Amino acid sequence: MSTVMQSQPATLADPLVIAGISYRSRLLVGTGKYRDLAETQAATEASGAEIVTVAIRRTNIGQNPNEPNLLDVLPPEKYTLLPNTAGCYTAEDAVRTCRLARELLDGHDLVKLEVLGDEKTLFPDIQQTLVAAETLVKDGFRIMVYTNDDPIVAKRFEEMGCVAVMPLAAPIGSGLGIRNPYNIMTIVENAGVPILVDAGVGTASDAALAMELGCDGVLMNTAIAGAKNPVLMASAMKKAIEAGREALLAGRIPRKRFASASSPLEGTFF
Amino acid sequence: MQIVINGTTRAVPDQTSASELLDTLGLGDKRLALEVNCEIVPRSRFDHYMIRPGDRVEIVHAIGGG
Repeated sequence: MSTVMQSQPATLADPLVIAGISYRSRLLVGTGKYRDLAETQAATEASGAEIVTVAIRRTNIGQNPNEPNLLDVLPPEKYTLLPNTAGCYTAEDAVRTCRLARELLDGHDLVKLEVLGDEKTLFPDIQQTLVAAETLVKDGFRIMVYTNDDPIVAKRFEEMGCVAVMPLAAPIGSGLGIRNPYNIMTIVENAGVPILVDAGVGTASDAALAMELGCDGVLMNTAIAGAKNPVLMASAMKKAIEAGREALLAGRIPRKRFASASSPLEGTFF
Repeated sequence: MQIVINGTTRAVPDQTSASELLDTLGLGDKRLALEVNCEIVPRSRFDHYMIRPGDRVEIVHAIGGG
């Protein structure tokens, strides 16, 4: 949702509003790829995130029944869990995953829809994502949709009733940063729902840039979980999101080709 | 009777309910979701839902993921 297009000037205190629910943090984090649940918990806490993604997978049968559970360290009472459809390559699998997630989480219907098209790039299969989104909207789900950085497709998802649109910055887990900032800007300017960059962030400056471009938030996993010190990176990302948001609201200076002295030219004695 | 649980064929007693099946697997008190033959079985129906021979059962939970 474009900040500059709103009639009331945006302020730092403005919450991120997704499907009518307000969140203070504009950083959303994934919970995969951590060494153990203790690290997951510590990094998630340090990120300040209120919305965390989870995957839905088969329960191990016959293994240690007292194995600690992700939801023990990230209780649904404290975090808004966002089940994803990671690993789905068809609309059918994605819809099935969302229905299982809703049952698992006692009717909680906010989901991250992603339907992948290719194992090498993990780019979305837009055709299948559209099919899944249509079914899920009719079924009452509130969908945050992972998509590519195509402004036309982003608008289509919004018109279908998705509650947030999440264009990739770069391939999932690549850490390449925002490959197409002008498209992200265009998506933001056109949007009537929150736009969150999802995937591709590598380090704090990438997250800050996403916010400076006007994004409403950023969702990331690998950039934190894969860092040498995930807890420290989580803290860095929290600050980057806030810094980028502040910079956007402050209004940056225009870019100029040549210098403009910061010290007065009058009163020199040489 | 034979059923398929999370992709593996297993033998379970005839007249087994969903609740009994989960108890047998040591999952009775776990937060999970159950699907039989691609249809969700709501938790509220576990006690009365009877597993039938050849059923394909999926038992899922939440794990870390992006």
